[in-house]
Amino acid sequence: MTRQYLSTGSEWTFELLDVYDKAIGNLAEKFELDTYPNQIEVINSEQMIDAYAAVGMPLMYHHWSFGKKFLNNMQNYRRGRMGLAYEIVINSNPCIAYLMEENTMAMQALVIAHACYGHNSFFKGNYLFRQWTSADSIIDYLLFARHYIHQCEEKYGVDAVEELLDACHALMNQGVNRYMRPSAISAEMEINQAKEREEYIQRNINDLWRTIPSKKDGQTKAKRRFPAEPEENVLYFIEKNAPLLKTWQRELIRIVRKIAQYFYPQRQTQVMNEGWASFWHFTLMHELYNEGLINEGYILEFLHSHSSVVFQPDFDDPRYSGINPYTLGFNIYRDLRRICEHPEEEDKLWFPDIAGSDWLKTLHHAMSQFKDESFILQFLSPRVMREMKLFCMDDDDREPYLEVSAIHDESGYKALRASLSNQYNLGNQEPNIQVYDVDVRGDRSLTLIHTMHKGQNLDADTAMEILKHLHLLWGFDVKLNSVDSSGEIQHSYCTSETHKVS
Amino acid sequence: MSIIIDRRLNSGKKSTVNRQRFLRRYKSTIKESVQEQINNRSITDMEQGTDISIPRKDVSEPVFHHGDNGHRQRVHPGNKEFHSGDRFNRPEGGQGQGPGKGDASNQGSGIDDFIFQINRDEFLQYLFEDLELPNLIKKELMDSTEYSLKRAGFTTAGSPDRLNVIRSLRAAHARRIALSGKERLVIRELKRELRELEVQPGQTNREKQEQLRIQITELNKKLRRLPFIDDFDLRFNNLVKVPQPSSKAVMVCIMDVSGSMTREIKDIAKRFFLLLYLFLEKNYEATEVIFIRHHTEARECNEHDFFYSQETGGTIVSSALILAHQIINDRYPPEKWNIYMAQASDGDNWDSDNQACHDAITQKLIPLVQYFAYVEIANRHQNLWHTYKDIERTYKEHFAQQQIHDQSDIYPVFRRLFEKKVD
Repeated sequence: MTRQYLSTGSEWTFELLDVYDKAIGNLAEKFELDTYPNQIEVINSEQMIDAYAAVGMPLMYHHWSFGKKFLNNMQNYRRGRMGLAYEIVINSNPCIAYLMEENTMAMQALVIAHACYGHNSFFKGNYLFRQWTSADSIIDYLLFARHYIHQCEEKYGVDAVEELLDACHALMNQGVNRYMRPSAISAEMEINQAKEREEYIQRNINDLWRTIPSKKDGQTKAKRRFPAEPEENVLYFIEKNAPLLKTWQRELIRIVRKIAQYFYPQRQTQVMNEGWASFWHFTLMHELYNEGLINEGYILEFLHSHSSVVFQPDFDDPRYSGINPYTLGFNIYRDLRRICEHPEEEDKLWFPDIAGSDWLKTLHHAMSQFKDESFILQFLSPRVMREMKLFCMDDDDREPYLEVSAIHDESGYKALRASLSNQYNLGNQEPNIQVYDVDVRGDRSLTLIHTMHKGQNLDADTAMEILKHLHLLWGFDVKLNSVDSSGEIQHSYCTSETHKVS
Repeated sequence: MSIIIDRRLNSGKKSTVNRQRFLRRYKSTIKESVQEQINNRSITDMEQGTDISIPRKDVSEPVFHHGDNGHRQRVHPGNKEFHSGDRFNRPEGGQGQGPGKGDASNQGSGIDDFIFQINRDEFLQYLFEDLELPNLIKKELMDSTEYSLKRAGFTTAGSPDRLNVIRSLRAAHARRIALSGKERLVIRELKRELRELEVQPGQTNREKQEQLRIQITELNKKLRRLPFIDDFDLRFNNLVKVPQPSSKAVMVCIMDVSGSMTREIKDIAKRFFLLLYLFLEKNYEATEVIFIRHHTEARECNEHDFFYSQETGGTIVSSALILAHQIINDRYPPEKWNIYMAQASDGDNWDSDNQACHDAITQKLIPLVQYFAYVEIANRHQNLWHTYKDIERTYKEHFAQQQIHDQSDIYPVFRRLFEKKVD
């Protein structure tokens, strides 16, 4: 099988990019990678830093925090403290991938395989992305958002807009729906609806507050809470119910909320997404080599980059900063393939359904139907735990010591897997904060409930900071109660004063 | 199907606005940082941009997150010798490594200050914000002797190099139309008659037709004789002189180099002069500097000698003032130059010279200069200070003095001298 190499030098050209893209695309089709059309954009390092600052989005509204990120990245980059990513890829249709001009041809091939076929197929296939994001309209929506916010800045001043955005950003993680997605609407309708919403909301909000207390009965009806059910999406609640906000302010909250929602699946599928992309660049590049399309030089350069991407420092290494999602994801997918192709006794015991099954089908299933927590719980094999030498540390503040609760041995696999899965459960990692009550007839104060997870407090300083932001949005006092598993209030934060109950 | 796009040609300045927003938000902090650096920086890199550091806490964006208590489990890689059930004492200083969340670039430990760079222009802007050069406006209005030419419509007379071709041709065209109106009316009339004759059946009036044709040709010839362009048509761009505020400044530095001036004092003086120089440079297109050093007699010298050569002897300040006056008269006519004088000294002067100084400044220099700033680098007031006090009282607009005790006073004193005065 002597076929011509696609190229041998390290320089890339646009023609070569096209040639490689076609070759990799053909292979990807063989592996049934279903992708959005690709839009590959070559950029330079400064543009890459720009892209970093705007969370990778090609257009974003203006805010000082993006400037801060930009300055920080610039400084780190100039000081040589930080290398730039080889690529950034955006969940949109067409799928936009940025390639750095400094990359060699081999690197560009790696990046095309990684981003344009790995990530891209993940965006299109994974159920969270399908369900929660609209790849077709995100760019339009960002354009709308940027124009709208720009207009607001002109009308109401940069300061007023900035103050509001600060408050919204602080609550961004509390601005997502986790369980239910409202019906999707197209981007053009967004603009029209923004206007209709204005009028409608303003009318209805006044109704809510038109509560002249009729004291003459003196009878207290069974106290009804508002909202009747706790609301997990704090920003949504504020947008719809805060009494004093102007219409443009509600629209701004909505924009931040929408963007938070768009990014939510990415935060839930970090391991899976990066693992999937790494698995495919690994597979596709080897396939290129096996077909004789690239030479040894390329594959060696590729392996060098690949091994630094999936490098996992040990816990006692100074470079250690948590588990590398690329490594974990890559290892799981690769082992999954092995379990399908060359199952051993252990695998048959642990994965009776998939040991020996069609690997491509199994991998696609594993990619499309899970998020990090369920993916790990389902597919983390004992072998990967052994190879990565995982162990679990148990830190209970009621005990004076730390305990190794499980290691990579027969008795520990299950516990280890469960606790790693837990570690990727955003529901546990992020404080669970919901809107609980509004004192509609009284001082209009807003009460939030933080349901404590395993007795973990909120970080008090930031909690107070955020309550101040929330106060700005709500317009009246805001309380936040941390409630433990027995239903007792452990801590209480309030914008007028802070009291601690213990 | 993939599309490949080269975006490198797009400007990479996408973050400019966001960067400005950031600088704007932390303006006061950045200003403090700049002012602090002024006193510590060596003189040579005063002109460069700088690193600004802001406490990380001030730029943080809060998000709800868990405190460090409660019961938590964390999985780590790379086990070497641990077994289930091993116990350790809790390490001092809270929990172990946090989760690897956030972007990978953000590895720096959270305690560091937030550091970023601003460039030279921004540095100077923060440095000189809210300061102004006194009497700048007055100079602009009153003494302007420089002019710039500005377009001001068109004239019918002028030199050939200002000829406006389009306007001239347009005028010629208009003239031709105006002058030929009568003939063209007749031509039109004749042509209509001719056409009527032509379309009439029969061979009648052949002669009349011929006659008409001749008449038309005649008239057309006459039209063609109209001059294509005439003196009368010419239009010229009109330029008028607009008085231009002088954009040149000269800074006269006077320093006492007598024995009592130590290295330290000179260093402070140098920094002060440098600040003033940067400030002038920022306000004027061209800035020149004159150095005058003096002990008992004054001499103009170059920068190096000014700051570094050591002399001994007594002090006669008026000699320098008189020399300055001479130089200004010879080389820097005040109607063309904005003149700033800065004097630094330890305040020592020969007693009987004080009156001479007073006279030199009030009678000779004050009428010429924009501003005279005197800094006394000493711990207590010397005799020169008291002499100048009178001048300051009488000529508030043009004269100011301040005292510098040590290095850290330089910038505050500079600010006090050039503070924007609220009218």
